Amino acid sequence: MSSQDLVAEAVVKRFADHVAVDSLSFTVERGSFFSILGPSGCGKTTLLRMIAGFIEPDGGDIAIGGKSMRGVAPNRRPVNMVFQQLALFPMMSVGENVEFGLARRGQSKAERRKRSLAMLERVGLASAVDKRVDALSGGQRQRVAIARSLVLEPTLLLLDEPLGALDLKLREHMKIELKQLQAAFGTTFVYITHDQSEALVLSDHVAVMSQGRFEQVGTPQDLYYRPQTPFVASFVGANNRIIGRATGGDAETVEVTTADGWKIRVQGHAAVRSGDLVEAFVRPEVVLLARESAHLPSGHGHNAGEVESLLFDGANSAVLLREVQTRREFRVALPQTGQFADLRVGERIAFSFDVQRTACFPARSGQHD
Amino acid sequence: MTEAARRQAGQLGRAWQAQLGLGLLLAPALLWLGLLIVLPHVDLAILSFRERVGARQYTFSLAQYRTFFGEPLYWHVFVRTAVMSVLATLLTLILAFPIAWIIAKLVRGRASSLLFIVCLIPFWVSETVRTLGWMILLRESGVLPGLLVKLGITAEPVELLYHDTTILVGLVYTSLLFMLVPLISSLESLDNALIEAAYDLGANGFTVLRTIVIPHAAPGITAGCIVVFMLTLGNYLTPTLLGGKNSQWFTEQIYTQFITRFNWEQGAAFGFLLLALSTLIVVVGLRLSGQRFGDVMQRT
Repeated sequence: MSSQDLVAEAVVKRFADHVAVDSLSFTVERGSFFSILGPSGCGKTTLLRMIAGFIEPDGGDIAIGGKSMRGVAPNRRPVNMVFQQLALFPMMSVGENVEFGLARRGQSKAERRKRSLAMLERVGLASAVDKRVDALSGGQRQRVAIARSLVLEPTLLLLDEPLGALDLKLREHMKIELKQLQAAFGTTFVYITHDQSEALVLSDHVAVMSQGRFEQVGTPQDLYYRPQTPFVASFVGANNRIIGRATGGDAETVEVTTADGWKIRVQGHAAVRSGDLVEAFVRPEVVLLARESAHLPSGHGHNAGEVESLLFDGANSAVLLREVQTRREFRVALPQTGQFADLRVGERIAFSFDVQRTACFPARSGQHD
Repeated sequence: MTEAARRQAGQLGRAWQAQLGLGLLLAPALLWLGLLIVLPHVDLAILSFRERVGARQYTFSLAQYRTFFGEPLYWHVFVRTAVMSVLATLLTLILAFPIAWIIAKLVRGRASSLLFIVCLIPFWVSETVRTLGWMILLRESGVLPGLLVKLGITAEPVELLYHDTTILVGLVYTSLLFMLVPLISSLESLDNALIEAAYDLGANGFTVLRTIVIPHAAPGITAGCIVVFMLTLGNYLTPTLLGGKNSQWFTEQIYTQFITRFNWEQGAAFGFLLLALSTLIVVVGLRLSGQRFGDVMQRT
């Protein structure tokens, strides 16, 4: 148990008739970066606030550093939080912000000053110690908020979408900085976000949350390459989703036929029987393009599409195809080699994909073919 | 005329027009300030510095101010008015703060505005009527003394009017709304995340109040205190009705000089002394709380 900083057991929280957190159990290893990824309203903020102690769970237990936190007030938990809008105290200087928690522990002024300076040094802000908080840039404020929490050496640092308010360039930069900070301090981070890229880049483990439950917990690679549920497959990364009926297959693969008659072959799933309604997923980057279908690998099922539009985005450029028979939209990532840089709208092109790199699930209720 | 010169002249004309427009817009306020505030005060200042030496004959003199300092009754009333006003202001603050906190932070939406309206409703009634209401409650044959006798707490009905405490109760009651408004607005602007962050970093309720809430609300607190203090110091009706002959409020002295004694020179001097007193106490208050007048006035 000693290597687990956070253990949640069957944690439940209800608001009126709506279950925000539905009997969740999970553990977070000491020193790891754990993210909870989910769309807004999935219950991740409620979960984080229960860990911080601002909300009392209706059932279950949360243990931090091996001790149950039932009935322990937020100011007595070995947990600190970096708030969404950072919540730096505007009436205090940067140094006073960092010293705030130390002062609450009754440390002397000299000791406080020494430790807050040392902490600011580590985040590269020692020279800003006497500045006003509103004189700092967005990235600097972020670092002060983290320093203010880490100076207390918490067992767990909670981060509530702290990058949400930053612009894109700074967000990319702060992502790297956060990861480096976590590695340098070795503190266990619990991070919530709706941005899958943040979760994938930063985390050792990610829990994908939907409607109060964890859909899947795993490494970023697991989530991306081996999604366990259709929600994870469609929420993490870009994916082409094809809904159809299983119309045959063998031990490893299944043939999916859409309502309008397009047949594709995708990876099988233990629970899929012939005739079931299924959701199949093909990532844009596993799709191969060729001007002549003969140039595609012979083991793949061959398809043909017409270029609908070109989505240029540097390294993330893609092309939107329409499958020729059914006019279905299909997204394909353009190879980095620049091989298809000369594609024109309306051009016909052959495409195929490796069955091994696709996924298929029994369709969720409410899905139609 | 060259093109450049014409353009310059046009610009000058437009600038002059803009200034005229601004002047016209400000005119009512400037007239109000000039005719009703500045002019009477200049006149009062001249009045306060003269002495009647014969029929329609006046000379410059400091006699009016000398009388004030020479007569212990006057400056005794003066100091008493100041102390009671400061006391009433502090009591109003202590009473209004929890109410403002409840309205601004604890209740939401309709309940919050409803509570505020409840605080506002008494002010639909004129101050005289409200004060007379207190008299009905507190006089010897009134509601409260009667209740005390019925409950067996006192043997005889006691007179609850005409005490210093009665005056304070009346003043606090009259001033409460003027403290609530700036307090509520400054507490509403306090981000709840700051309170949570302080709590999360190990602070208890008292420390949150001392280090986060009060520093944030300081301009609102100061604004409320200044308004309430000025209203209280210059109040005439409440101390007179609730305090009776014992009230000894300085505004009564001014009234007596002007109306009863017909000694306008003395009354004018008293008026200026009261103005100086309120200015002095406000300045001292701002110094003590480390607030700037401009910041504070933005909150009211």
